[in-house]
Amino acid sequence: MIAARTQSQGPAWEAAAAVPDPEVPCVTVADLGILRWVRVENNLAIAGVTPTYSGCPATLAIELSIEAALRDAGYDARIERILTPAWTTEWITAEGREKLRAYGIAPPQEPAGSVRALFGEITVTCPKCASLDTEKLSEFGSTACKAHYRCRACHEPFDYFKCI
Amino acid sequence: MTHQAFLELADDCLVLGHRLSEWCGHAPMLEEDLALPNMALDLIGTSRVLYDHAGKVEGEGRSEDDMAYLRDERAYRNCLLVERPNGDFAHTMLRQFFFVAFMHPYWQAALHSSDPVIAGVAGKAVKELAYHIRHTGEWVIRMGDGTEESTARMRDAVDALAIYIDELFESSDAAAEAEAAGVLPKRADQRAAFDATVAHVFAEAGLEMPTVSHPQTGGRNGIHGEGLGHMLSKMQSVHRALPGVTW
Repeated sequence: MIAARTQSQGPAWEAAAAVPDPEVPCVTVADLGILRWVRVENNLAIAGVTPTYSGCPATLAIELSIEAALRDAGYDARIERILTPAWTTEWITAEGREKLRAYGIAPPQEPAGSVRALFGEITVTCPKCASLDTEKLSEFGSTACKAHYRCRACHEPFDYFKCI
Repeated sequence: MTHQAFLELADDCLVLGHRLSEWCGHAPMLEEDLALPNMALDLIGTSRVLYDHAGKVEGEGRSEDDMAYLRDERAYRNCLLVERPNGDFAHTMLRQFFFVAFMHPYWQAALHSSDPVIAGVAGKAVKELAYHIRHTGEWVIRMGDGTEESTARMRDAVDALAIYIDELFESSDAAAEAEAAGVLPKRADQRAAFDATVAHVFAEAGLEMPTVSHPQTGGRNGIHGEGLGHMLSKMQSVHRALPGVTW
């Protein structure tokens, strides 16, 4: 078996990497680290994709969008869903974090704390005014990957991209 | 027989996930109306991968939909705790807390499964359930150590649900086989971690675990409470009324 070429550059990668996340459209699947690799065999482009959360309703939409983008770029396309290793917020690129912040979503700040850390608060910086005086309203936000916060300084509510 | 052990795990996740989803639009406040379906999604997502895997291991061409929508109550192999009706908010939070206090160490142990799909599922679930433990643990403390009303309700929930705990640690023949093969972790081995998590939260909440003289079991043999059939009849109705429909 000939080893397939794994790309993190080149036209197939570029096409797949530009696909925006359907729920957080300010970042692409490459920014989030969901798109792991694109492999090209003759004219077939295979994209390795890792879901963020087990029940993320966007998983299928993301896979279909990447497949469509590869077809638009002239490839036959296939998606390979990769469960191991599990996606982690550490895979979000520095550029992705900055895009999230500019969009009004506080990017993930540190690894998830101990399950015993009840009521344990981490300090999340307000993406609007950069104040550290913020409070968590709910561990669960508008999508599976976000928690709900409020800034005590500028009084704006905002989403925080949870660390997992 | 390994697929039966996977079905037990999948049924636990789907049944509890569906129960949580019943709160959607009915939770006592907006934040919880987001939190409960979020937790439901985590569990339903896990069940989908497990059903798909169980179908492939069984090798008779059953899909995840066949497993979820075309099995009757007696074919469901979930434990009794997860099928308990939602009751009030205290019952729902305590049921979730008990379940995840067991499942979190279970999935942690399953990270070392010889089956890569199980190890993959575990990798996701461990991270997701850490949030469930924190969220439900905080509510158990708030309500247990809250007002006269909330304390009474949380104590009622403890009395009602404690009888379903022991079943979490029991392995069916199918599960025991998968455990011996290193595919799944031993259920009984998770007891110490469960007890430690519950003791920590109950101490903060001022709650005591009652002595259970007659633990309830039977779910792994398909012997369920009345509530499961009612739940499945709603959950499966569209799929059964319109077989094969797509939109």
